[in-house]
Amino acid sequence: MYIYDEIDQTMVDQRVNQFRDQVRRRIAGELSEDEFKPLRLMNGVYLQLHAYMLRVAIPYGTLSAEQMRKLAWIARKYDRGYGHFTTRQNLQFNWPKLEELPDLLAELASVQMHALQTSGNCIRNVTADQYAGVGADEVIDPRIHAEIIRQWSTLHPEFTFLPRKFKIAVTGDQSDRAAVKVHDIGLIAKRDAAGELGFEVIVGGGLGRTPMVGPSIRDFLPEKHLLSYLEAVLRVYNQLGRRDNMYKARIKILVHETGAEKFTEMVEREWEQIRDTAVELPAGERERVAAFFNPPLYDAAGDAAETLTRDIAGDVDFAHWVDTNVAPHKADGYAIANISLKPIGGVPGDASAEQMDAVAALAERFSLSEIRVTHEQNLVLPHVRQDELYAVWQTLKSYDLHTPNLGLVSDMIACPGMDYCALANARSIPLAQEISERFADLDRQHDIGELKLKISGCINACGHHHVGHIGILGVDRKGEEYYQITLGGSGAEDASVGEIVGPAFPYDKVVNAIETLTDAYLAVRADGERFLDTYRRLGADPFKEALYGVN
Amino acid sequence: MSQQVISANRLGDGVVVYLAADNSWSEFIAGSVIALDEPTADGLLAHAKQAEQDRVVIDPYLIDVAEVDGEVRPTKYREFIRATGPSIRSDLSKQNWAPETGAHDSGTQGK
Repeated sequence: MYIYDEIDQTMVDQRVNQFRDQVRRRIAGELSEDEFKPLRLMNGVYLQLHAYMLRVAIPYGTLSAEQMRKLAWIARKYDRGYGHFTTRQNLQFNWPKLEELPDLLAELASVQMHALQTSGNCIRNVTADQYAGVGADEVIDPRIHAEIIRQWSTLHPEFTFLPRKFKIAVTGDQSDRAAVKVHDIGLIAKRDAAGELGFEVIVGGGLGRTPMVGPSIRDFLPEKHLLSYLEAVLRVYNQLGRRDNMYKARIKILVHETGAEKFTEMVEREWEQIRDTAVELPAGERERVAAFFNPPLYDAAGDAAETLTRDIAGDVDFAHWVDTNVAPHKADGYAIANISLKPIGGVPGDASAEQMDAVAALAERFSLSEIRVTHEQNLVLPHVRQDELYAVWQTLKSYDLHTPNLGLVSDMIACPGMDYCALANARSIPLAQEISERFADLDRQHDIGELKLKISGCINACGHHHVGHIGILGVDRKGEEYYQITLGGSGAEDASVGEIVGPAFPYDKVVNAIETLTDAYLAVRADGERFLDTYRRLGADPFKEALYGVN
Repeated sequence: MSQQVISANRLGDGVVVYLAADNSWSEFIAGSVIALDEPTADGLLAHAKQAEQDRVVIDPYLIDVAEVDGEVRPTKYREFIRATGPSIRSDLSKQNWAPETGAHDSGTQGK
């Protein structure tokens, strides 16, 4: 993991002190709410339906056990005993008091955490593949460059007041678990024919009210040019992005309206001008950052795999969990353990302080003190010895963290929706809970297979509904909650935007509609097809017919 | 005109509050003063704006309410959720939340 140096720590500490003074001035009346609001947002503090909300940055979704334990402690002391992991790999506290937020931020700073870049029209917290550094097929650990981008972008004076927020995602694997094609910039690490490291650069993807899969504007950018090229993209955007209309202000609109080819030319032209003068990363600094992500010393016992085989044979519930939630690790004798935050009937992404402490303890004992947060609102223990998986699972079980549903219908993304969010038009969470309970039978879920169901409570699409195999969007219709269903979306390497299947459903009809869709799929799927594959092969007609009785 | 009350969030802790008859701010909608006509509503809003100036609350506004079974209830669902807490966690509702009892230790996943 990256460890702060003195500069990082000083900057974060100074920011806490600055915010402490800003809060004092607000409460003393020296700042109006209009003056204070942009300042609090730059520190991740929102005002939601019930209270203030603090969004804590978890850069590229990597947490230490110590940091997770601190989050649990904060949840107890300053909040209501839980936190909510988000699709940006961040954590939200739903009930902090403004008066206490400076102390809360100081506690975060004590474990090298902060809430910078979690709001405002800046480059937001960089996200990455949760299997970074451990995925069996990875080209490079994407966190090296995610961290470099974090350092470059934090408080970058030129990019602090962009036309709109700006999200960058990085993956080092051809299997895209970071949804890079629906980010403002997506970077896919790859090697050229000569074995040199570089990135495919995707620009102008995004969700929200105008969902787009971003076009690739450069197939291979040599690694050494990463920052100057990003700077060129951001400069073009900063100059030409629509500041006059916030609904058209994201870079995806600029790329779309300019045309990918012309936009690329503009970026390349800008880059030609700055590539030799822009800040590039000195090799020494690159190596300094990279060293933090050097693979740890793996020391699994030679018979770890045999032990796992025996454990699987002896406990069918454990076997199901391994089958569904455990992924191959690049090191012999190790495994990646996914922790579902989607128990049947639970709140997607919520974790109690007790659960956070339990995960921290497991990470300390069994995963080299490291934890990952996924954009699908789950957690990962990235370095578990195969012969210790059974012990991990037994502890997870006692904290209701053992649900073997990764990638299945009950492993939903759901935004906080109208239960918490000031922007939402409809509730997301209770719908997710009801769908989860309807499909509670895990055998049935396994029979249905991979199904990415994603729910947003408004068009801002925090629940990624556009890229759900089945997407659900809550809308307000004359004061009633209605839900529009989209089909055929994907946020993975085969990214696509889902299409609206037909008229929206009232709240109490949605769960039946989802079941109708899965039944329709089961009736027509070919061998080995996922829901998404069947939809892509047959189109919407069989699903429309099942839902509405007509083609 | 429908019945209206004033709601806002308290500056110091963000808690949802309602303007009461004695010009104080109640955490419960049952304690709110109800405007039955426009001049009264305007007067309440003017008082609330002053409270905003005085740094007691943020962004006060009028919401529509109705009496249901003898209780004042917001007519819009969003406001109902603000008044009662997240629909998925009754332990977090204003009526039930009791930090001193450690109520938060029992709920894990909001089941």
